Amino acid sequence: MTIAAKFEIEYLQYLDAEGKQVRDDLPEFAKDLGHMVELYKLMLSTRVFDAKSIALQRTGKLGTYASCLGHEAAHVGIGSAMRPEDVYAPSYREYGAQLYRGVQPREVYMYWGGDERGNDYQKEPARHDFAWSVPIATQCLHAAGSALAFKIRGEKRVAVCTIGDGGSSKGDFYGAINIAGAQNLPLVAVIVNNQWAISVPRKIQSGAPTLAQKGIAAGLFSIQVDGNDIIAVRKAMEDALERARSGKGGSVIEAVTYRLGDHTTADDARRYRGEQEVKDGWEKEPMKRLRNWLVAKGVWDDAKEEAWKAECDEWMDNEVNAYLETKTQPVSAMFDYIFAEVPADLAKQRDYVLSLETKGH
Amino acid sequence: MAQITLIEAVTQALAYEMAHDESVMVLGEDVGLNGGVFRATQGLQEKFGELRVLDTPLDETTIAGVTVGLAVQGMKPVAEAQFEGFIYPMMEQIACHAARMRNRTRGRLTVPAVFRAPWGGGIRAPEHHSEANEHLFTNIPGLRVVMPSSPARAYGLLLAAIRDPDPVMFFEPKRIYRQYKEEVPDDGEALPLDVCFVLRDGTDVTLVTWGAQVKEALEAADELAAQGISAEVIDVATLTPLDFDTIAESVQKTGRCVIVHEAPKTAGFGAEIAARLAEECMYDLLAPVERVTGFDTHIPLFRLEMKYMPSVERVVDAAKRTLAAS
Repeated sequence: MTIAAKFEIEYLQYLDAEGKQVRDDLPEFAKDLGHMVELYKLMLSTRVFDAKSIALQRTGKLGTYASCLGHEAAHVGIGSAMRPEDVYAPSYREYGAQLYRGVQPREVYMYWGGDERGNDYQKEPARHDFAWSVPIATQCLHAAGSALAFKIRGEKRVAVCTIGDGGSSKGDFYGAINIAGAQNLPLVAVIVNNQWAISVPRKIQSGAPTLAQKGIAAGLFSIQVDGNDIIAVRKAMEDALERARSGKGGSVIEAVTYRLGDHTTADDARRYRGEQEVKDGWEKEPMKRLRNWLVAKGVWDDAKEEAWKAECDEWMDNEVNAYLETKTQPVSAMFDYIFAEVPADLAKQRDYVLSLETKGH
Repeated sequence: MAQITLIEAVTQALAYEMAHDESVMVLGEDVGLNGGVFRATQGLQEKFGELRVLDTPLDETTIAGVTVGLAVQGMKPVAEAQFEGFIYPMMEQIACHAARMRNRTRGRLTVPAVFRAPWGGGIRAPEHHSEANEHLFTNIPGLRVVMPSSPARAYGLLLAAIRDPDPVMFFEPKRIYRQYKEEVPDDGEALPLDVCFVLRDGTDVTLVTWGAQVKEALEAADELAAQGISAEVIDVATLTPLDFDTIAESVQKTGRCVIVHEAPKTAGFGAEIAARLAEECMYDLLAPVERVTGFDTHIPLFRLEMKYMPSVERVVDAAKRTLAAS
């Protein structure tokens, strides 16, 4: 038998579910315990932020919200590995990565609270990142286009996109990794496989044993990591970013995690998945293992945990207040950003709406 | 000065802008060495290289989505859909992202891109190669929908489209790609977008059209003149945002209007113009507005396709009906 080509997918994990180190070759960043504490703190603040968002929604102060509960390691791992000059194209729940890059909680609240200004990220480097992309996987091609622009201009920047397990079924994802392979683009596509696309489980999303192997079809370096182990996510990201930056091409990383919450606040996951599965999901969740590891290293303890949680609460309360104090945009804002300048024909419609306002409609 | 065809004017505009602005690039299927299936990008790859004249994988969704990404990063991509009938996979990226990015981000991110497509029927092409579907885009906020009808307007409008800070759909009537030549100076002078062009002055009836049907409208005007009827001909050129004022001024003068387009009648862009006339010019009208359009059928394969197209005779008949009515 002649073999035309042969492939394998590595699975990467440093910390098991209990926080026991399963391999000795820790990457450099993980030897810096101060940095690991910082990563843990951002994961924790992401979780506090997420709980606050859900509370806001439940009390009618936010529209539909997509929770990131359980994704903290994957998201912070992605965001913390990127350089400021890189570009991030998220879908709609990667707050951990985005907070790292300067998106403010008040902006997330504004977006889900019905105000487009939430997408106008004020702080760099988020300011040059893409906004949330609701149509599934479409953002992968924006990242590929960005990567192409970087290649054309000879810039040493990388475009990163994230999609879910469901997103990896879409043509946009395949199109993005395909052109990245064909043109050797600096693209890193991370499949945050949280096992559920609303109510559709991973096993009927694809017959492929791993989602990472889809990258093989496009000629990209592809790896599967424990998406609840931030060391594994971060390491795979750093390697992928370095390859992309040095002209060695794009990568697909499948970060295997679990969606502990509902798809969004409009969803009730009890309709389609069992309690035991969710309990198992909690056993493997990402905070516990990193906390255990840091505690074992002597750099974290309950007092620090409580103190940081309290700081996060205060931070989020400030953000919530800033959000709630935001005045609604003037009605003309509906027209102001359709084109660079409002065309005469559209201005007539704007003026009509403004005339209704003055009449007090 | 060289006389050039409409398709050559497209090439000339692309080459001019690529030479003067290094952020301008072209991407699509077969646009490289082959110069595009209609030769719109002939010679560009030799001049500007394989990256700025990029042969993409054969996936329209990829072309459109990558175009959005390029444009957000400050490039000015001119994407080609090989035929209008193959543009459907691009529509999600165009409608959900190209057209909305500025609005979504309150102006933080923008998409200064052009989506070109050879448009319409009449070249004896296979199925899916003859679509006229501009009306599917005129209903999408945030897009400019532009259609040239002569070599000079193709050159000037394409330059304007590339320089525009927002996404532009640029539909090229392929039936008249090589129909005639005219002098088009390669001077980099753009034509205004958002403006209708009055191609012929008249007093009795206004013929409103765009794209390839401008030819039939002008021929109909000649025929009507021979019968003593003075027809004004307006090339809408930029369908959205619409310069309705130019159409209204004409109809206020003539009192009669025939709208001519190749796309199916129901909910075609002619319906929008007719509705505006009813809203704003009802009391200027001396006769009901007429529409001469394709039918609410798929454009037939080529043995029958010219039966589908608005003909000079149908336009003349419609114009005469408006005169008979008053």
